Amino acid sequence: MSIDYNEKIPNNVDLAGDKTLQRALEHWQPEFLNWWGDMGPEGSGAFDVYLRTAVSVEPGGWANFGHVKMPDYRWGIFLNPAVPDRKIAFGAHKGEPVWQEVPGEYRSNLRRIIVTQGDTEPASVEQQRHLGLTCPSLYDLRNLFQVNVEEGRHLWAMVYLLHRYFGRDGREEAEALLERRSGDADNPRILGAFNERTPDWLSFFMFTYFTDRDGKFQLAALAESAFDPLARTTKFMHTEEAHHMFVGESGVARIIQRTCEVMAQNKTDDPGRVRSLGVIDLPTMQRYINFHSSVTLDLFGSDVSSNAATFYTTGLKGRFEEGRIADDHVLKDQSYPVFEPAGGALTTREAPALNALNERLRDDFVKDSVAGVGRWNKIIQKAGIDFQLTVPHKAFHRQIGPLAGLKVSPDGRVVSDAEWSAGVGRWLPTSEDRAFVASLMGRVVAPGQFVNWIAPPSAGINKQPVDFEYVRFN
Amino acid sequence: MSASIDAAPRRDAGLARQHLIDPEICIRCNTCEATCPIGAVTHDERNYVVRFDVCNACNACISPCPTGAIDHWRQVLQTKPYTLEEQLAWDKLPVQAELDVGAGAELPLEVAAATAQATAGQGGTVSAPASAEVPRTNLYSLKNPVIAKVTGNFRLTAEDATSDIRHIVLDFSAAAMPVLEGQTIGIVTPGVDEHGRPHYVRLYSVASPRDGERPGYNNLSLTVKRVTEDHAGQPVRGVCSNYLCDLRNGEEVRVVGPYGASFLMPNHLGASLLMVCTGTGSAPMRAMTERRRRLKSGNEGGQLMLFFGARSPGELPYFGPLTQLPRDFTDHNLAFSRVPGQPRHYVQDLIRARAPDVARLLRDEESYVYICGLKGMEAGVDAAFGEVCAAHGLSWSELLPRLRESGRYHVETY
Repeated sequence: MSIDYNEKIPNNVDLAGDKTLQRALEHWQPEFLNWWGDMGPEGSGAFDVYLRTAVSVEPGGWANFGHVKMPDYRWGIFLNPAVPDRKIAFGAHKGEPVWQEVPGEYRSNLRRIIVTQGDTEPASVEQQRHLGLTCPSLYDLRNLFQVNVEEGRHLWAMVYLLHRYFGRDGREEAEALLERRSGDADNPRILGAFNERTPDWLSFFMFTYFTDRDGKFQLAALAESAFDPLARTTKFMHTEEAHHMFVGESGVARIIQRTCEVMAQNKTDDPGRVRSLGVIDLPTMQRYINFHSSVTLDLFGSDVSSNAATFYTTGLKGRFEEGRIADDHVLKDQSYPVFEPAGGALTTREAPALNALNERLRDDFVKDSVAGVGRWNKIIQKAGIDFQLTVPHKAFHRQIGPLAGLKVSPDGRVVSDAEWSAGVGRWLPTSEDRAFVASLMGRVVAPGQFVNWIAPPSAGINKQPVDFEYVRFN
Repeated sequence: MSASIDAAPRRDAGLARQHLIDPEICIRCNTCEATCPIGAVTHDERNYVVRFDVCNACNACISPCPTGAIDHWRQVLQTKPYTLEEQLAWDKLPVQAELDVGAGAELPLEVAAATAQATAGQGGTVSAPASAEVPRTNLYSLKNPVIAKVTGNFRLTAEDATSDIRHIVLDFSAAAMPVLEGQTIGIVTPGVDEHGRPHYVRLYSVASPRDGERPGYNNLSLTVKRVTEDHAGQPVRGVCSNYLCDLRNGEEVRVVGPYGASFLMPNHLGASLLMVCTGTGSAPMRAMTERRRRLKSGNEGGQLMLFFGARSPGELPYFGPLTQLPRDFTDHNLAFSRVPGQPRHYVQDLIRARAPDVARLLRDEESYVYICGLKGMEAGVDAAFGEVCAAHGLSWSELLPRLRESGRYHVETY
């Protein structure tokens, strides 16, 4: 029986002409669908969802909208178009032609990078699988599912690289990606933040704002890779990641908007009163920001890292917007400031720039996330409310690197155990906060209706009206 | 042979359409900059912005944008677009400025004559509905036409229908062509007539709403019937209609106008439209109906009642989409005069048949009447309104002048 691969699996990697890859994917695809059935969005298999499907990488091709059942979603394999004569832009191989195959000496490091990236994709789908049961609107439900299917596509993208370039090892790693489970004690996902629960929609929006933004920066750094297939794959993934950050930024913005409306209508800024009116008070929003920001900062890895130096020098992973940085792109004799706890105080020291690349990417991320929080503050200002949300200090609540375990307040002061204990309830979400947010979660699925604690969006998806039937339940 | 025209560049007519990004909605994801094939998008740490002198309005960035922030446009003077520095400093988009476009182009005599003839049926000058959006007219003259590109040309009538009526989509790229429902544009047929003189400008009603045939696109549509005989049934080849009907995608057309400051729709909540048309007279009705359809979620209110006549269903432009509109959105009444085995029905017959509802609308101060189509329908419709009024305690001869004075009765026939 012949299968039309281009129809079944939209791709621009000549899947129809690559028998080995076909065999590998034919084996893996049913396992993927089983995984999606077991661990994908709960009870959603029969829903018709208004989704964006990429059928090519051209501007007109990667945003095709229509109602589809998620198990029938056409998870495709796409690489950004090749840049002719592309040269390696950094590291020891700077100026040499990029690689179309994996150099033997870098095989295990590259595989590790791809597996680590690939592991986050199914992990977030697992973390979010119950959220559909408490969706604040059809519009939001659709956005959740869009994020989920695209995480699925990103898994496909990484699995393609493993299958195509890493032989038997790659196939085994691809299988293991479907076997690990977020939060599983015996076989957890690789990175900490991807084993946390996403218990409610505020967490989901915070996750897509902060943690998917980590994805943006990791993908941007990988898009610089000397291994051209990885660079081209991540470049295209990077384009899709934008939607996830949109869901996060606009989701939080709409919650803030609604809270501010209710505060203004009732002329109150008392968090208890605000809660009694069925919306999320701003101090709770701040605690969620503190939590998600700090957990995400840990994803960038240790401040000083020899692995990061190796990945850079060998050309596997670059810096964010490498091409826009004016330096030697080798980082010889350059330094970069990193934090160092010294005798109960937080000081900075200059580390070799090559070893501080995680820190540098983390700083790029911080700059980006601060800008969005500034946009949230404009909503609060506009409502005439005297309150400012902030991104916590980089050293606050860190679990990885030299800052791990150090007690630092959100404004960056090293504090005593006693002060930490007294303050933590104001700084991080408490169990009462989480219980309160959980108590607000309810399912609203009438087109155009929104749950009380979130404002409707200013526009629908793909120019559809806000009351469009984004999901049909059949 | 190609019908493309050597003409002045698109942006020399004073007004231009500037592509802008809404900084309040934009999440700075860089998708537009990564997508733009010609490097028209750039950014700093604050905003993403579009270079006016580079953007060619190809729209490649529009659908990839996750937020819709990318899809914003302002009319600006060609010589005074918003600079990059201004855009980079914005916290929100500026409102559309009132523009002084300088001396307007002269109204071509033939346009004035055609307009006078078309509106004769309403019995004199009629003002626009009080709440109508202020129309822009006469932006492009014969000396200085704007170039549009054909991006669609579809036959609307059935393959076996006697008439070939087409839906033609014109895209204006980066040039400003602000039109309202009910306005017309002029088409300049290339070449000269048998006396060596340029062809007359032909006017066509715009069939799409103000925000474009496709929302947010700088395009519009026309409903064009291929003229193969004159009113007396004698064979004649309509120069402009055949030119338009034969256009292929990508070909360029010289356009003048827009024209018309009266046959416009009310712009306020609760206004009802009573529309009567035949054949390609449906173009403005389609534009108005589509405008209302796109506003549907905004609870604009009011009622749409349409009487639409053609020889047969296969000859009725937009028959398919029209009949799919929900009845509670448009109350459409279709009259067919040449269906084998069935009596001939004309729009005036259906107006009589729906007398109580028509009378209710005529009586309603918030309803507006539009008539567009062949001259031949005027007398019949006028008589039908007279009868409807007489049967429901109204006097048509007294009502009509009041409708005219209040901008509630508009006729365009040819």
